Amino acid sequence: MEKMPRWADVVLVPLISIALAFIAAGLVVLAIGENPFDMVFFMVRGALGSSSGIGFTLYYTTNFIFTGLAFSVAMHARLFNIGGEGQATMGGLGAALVLLAVPWPHWALALPFAIMGAALLGAAWAAIPAYLQAKRGSHIVITTIMFNFIGAAFMIYLLNGILKKPGQQSAETVTFPKGAHLPTFHEMLAPLGIEFSKSTPANISFFVALIAAFLVWLLIWRTRLGYQIRSFGQSETASTYAGISAVKVTIISMLISGGLAGMLAINVVMGEAERLILNFTEGAGFMGIAVGLMGRNHPVGIVLAAFLFGTLNQGGFELLWEMPGISREMVLVIQALIIVFTGALVNFTRYPLERIFLAMQKRAN
Amino acid sequence: MANDKTQGRQATAAPAIELVGISKAFGPVQANKDIAISVAKGAIHGIIGENGAGKSTLMSILYGFYKADAGEIFINGHKTEIPDSQAAIAAGIGMVFQHFKLVENFSVLENVVLGAEDGPLLKDSLDKARVKLTELSTEYELNVDPDAIVEELSVGHHQRIEILKALYRQAEILILDEPTGVLTPAEADHLFRILHNLKTEGKTIILITHKLREIMNVTDTVSVMRRGEMDSTVKTSETSPEDLAERMVGRKVLLTIKKPPARPGDTVLKVDNLKVVDEFGVARVKGISLEVRAGEILGIAGVAGNGQTHLMEVLGGYMPATGAISINGQDIDLTGVHSDGQSRRARGIAHVPEDRQAQGLIMEFMAWENMVFGYHHDPAYQKNRLLMNNAEIRKQSQAKMERFDVRPPHPNLQAKSFSGGNQQKLVLAREIERNPDLLLVGQPTRGVDIGAIEFIHQQIVNLRDQGKAILLVSVELDEIMSLSDRIAVMFDGQIMGERDPAQTDEKDLGLLMAGVSERQGAA
Repeated sequence: MEKMPRWADVVLVPLISIALAFIAAGLVVLAIGENPFDMVFFMVRGALGSSSGIGFTLYYTTNFIFTGLAFSVAMHARLFNIGGEGQATMGGLGAALVLLAVPWPHWALALPFAIMGAALLGAAWAAIPAYLQAKRGSHIVITTIMFNFIGAAFMIYLLNGILKKPGQQSAETVTFPKGAHLPTFHEMLAPLGIEFSKSTPANISFFVALIAAFLVWLLIWRTRLGYQIRSFGQSETASTYAGISAVKVTIISMLISGGLAGMLAINVVMGEAERLILNFTEGAGFMGIAVGLMGRNHPVGIVLAAFLFGTLNQGGFELLWEMPGISREMVLVIQALIIVFTGALVNFTRYPLERIFLAMQKRAN
Repeated sequence: MANDKTQGRQATAAPAIELVGISKAFGPVQANKDIAISVAKGAIHGIIGENGAGKSTLMSILYGFYKADAGEIFINGHKTEIPDSQAAIAAGIGMVFQHFKLVENFSVLENVVLGAEDGPLLKDSLDKARVKLTELSTEYELNVDPDAIVEELSVGHHQRIEILKALYRQAEILILDEPTGVLTPAEADHLFRILHNLKTEGKTIILITHKLREIMNVTDTVSVMRRGEMDSTVKTSETSPEDLAERMVGRKVLLTIKKPPARPGDTVLKVDNLKVVDEFGVARVKGISLEVRAGEILGIAGVAGNGQTHLMEVLGGYMPATGAISINGQDIDLTGVHSDGQSRRARGIAHVPEDRQAQGLIMEFMAWENMVFGYHHDPAYQKNRLLMNNAEIRKQSQAKMERFDVRPPHPNLQAKSFSGGNQQKLVLAREIERNPDLLLVGQPTRGVDIGAIEFIHQQIVNLRDQGKAILLVSVELDEIMSLSDRIAVMFDGQIMGERDPAQTDEKDLGLLMAGVSERQGAA
């Protein structure tokens, strides 16, 4: 017998968690002498109240979908890929190399190749930790986190060296060819007669992310490979019995995971910056862990969680602007509280709720 | 009834334990319903029942793990609240769990003292315990060296340490949960002698088991539980195994299977001088040779941990080995470091693994997903090159589940929501329906209800009668004797001898299982 209906687990638990998180964050805001209702108002308005706000929210959402999917594919094989940050960084390099190599005539031609470049280098960056885990038993958490640092340092080296735009000081490449420019929401919606803010970075990558989410769903729940990944993640001993190779599953799922993380570069490097810059990932790789956990490693959940975190991210920036009494650190505290309640403390909500449902069932009997 | 019992009443006359009206529900599941039981002081009282009948819940309430929703507990006639295990120990109740709770790298002494230290400094407690331990050990024939390290001792010793722990805490009432599951017949006999000694000293013993023979041999009274309710309590001398089985299941049960004589055909499996060294470098199988022919069941008896598991893993294709194995006359490559389960399946070997929950099934997967586990590469289960044909798998799974009487026959339920017996039927359905040449079966009825055992045994015999070869490994001697056409006994990685089930008995096999060699019987 199920402890509670599925809809309660999937919908009610996150909603209550978010409500609790806002109550806790509200108390903190109250403690520093600011109005918590103003906080919520400015955050929501900032993120969703205007087309420019929505544009930024969707832009961040796109990043979090990619990294959230990346985390979840590895997690299905019970591999804790904490290296999304480094894999995304290398994905940026892959996309940049592809885009700089050829004078692309049109974005539609450039996009698939940039995706391949980004995914390939992202996967390559995950391949070494995957190999070490599969063949040598080096723990994936340790190796992937180390590879984040290596990736960051390597990028600094490249952007101050051979990839640096000649004749200037900042660590960045030259701008990509005009033909590699991805359509923004403004450009996509204008022909339909919808006025969307021109100043936001949201671009067609958002749809690439949604397609990726669908493909991940197909992979995990409809293919033989996904079946093997899930089997391995649920029980390594049983998978051995069934003749599923641990080495193969470990390496393949990490390659897919790294590739997805690398695709973040499509949104940020190709779509927004249009050149390779330092630290373009802005922590999205780590955020993907929270997104994956909150989304229960299911693509639909991940898209929703990514949207929530995108909203928080954008709302947080607006909050800084609107409420001078709230510092940058305070915004981080608020965001962290929400992550804690929705991710780490989810059982804090679930268990009491389960008990309520059980009591209701009992009365019904 | 107990309600009118007062403090003034003589403790000796009162039963050691009396439970009145105990009820406990887990959500919608009523695990115990209005249970009443009374155990006389100085008696050995058996509790039997199928899995899920509520035995463990009842004992957990008595030991303070769960709080009953309703009901009262009387210890020696006094009403006692047992909110936690500390209170249970204080009330003189000791529990020996099925899975021992010992610190492997501590000495016996340290394990016994653990949790019952007198003060912050260990030495005093240890010195005191040493004296007491020696006393107890000789008094009850427990024979345990206080300074031995636990991990170096046998399972039988581990169990005796658990008993010592309880006695050290002045237990007057001892509860043993499935105590003989891991013991050789000789070790089990030793345990029963210990229990008998304890009884003579006036201790009260509750024995939870599913083995009817043990109940018949050692208990004074026996209570049968069924579906959360106390069915009946009878004097052991006034009942029989058949009677008890019927009370447990609620219908007549065949305890031994009727099977026509085997008609062995060609050799299907041939194992020659097989040696297995495990990942720690320990030799587990030390040169085994055997043959299984079409249409016969070769049973391998032995105490758990004598190499049977490794033998099965090698045959199933996920353990490297040296020597030679051939199936239908064709040699199998044994050198593979990685799992070779796929190619074994392709050669017509099906495997029902010993541990269905850790190996045979993925508990989080739904039944239909489990029904192709290991055979997920079969083209019949694919829609095209990329996608699996989930709808077809579901449909086939449902049919297989119905044929194997899996209850409930719903392919969309997670494996973990089935009972042990039905989980085993899922695995059997998957493996037998592949129509294999050779079926490897490990512990087919461990933790399975009596009613389901009958069905599972029948399926195995049916497969044999279709001319398939079956290699059966079981620690249950009854099962080996009833199913096998030939019996081989394993001890310490070797085959000690082979017997015809019609011309052997438990004592004979028990000697071989304990390693007393008698080579002339070997093939």
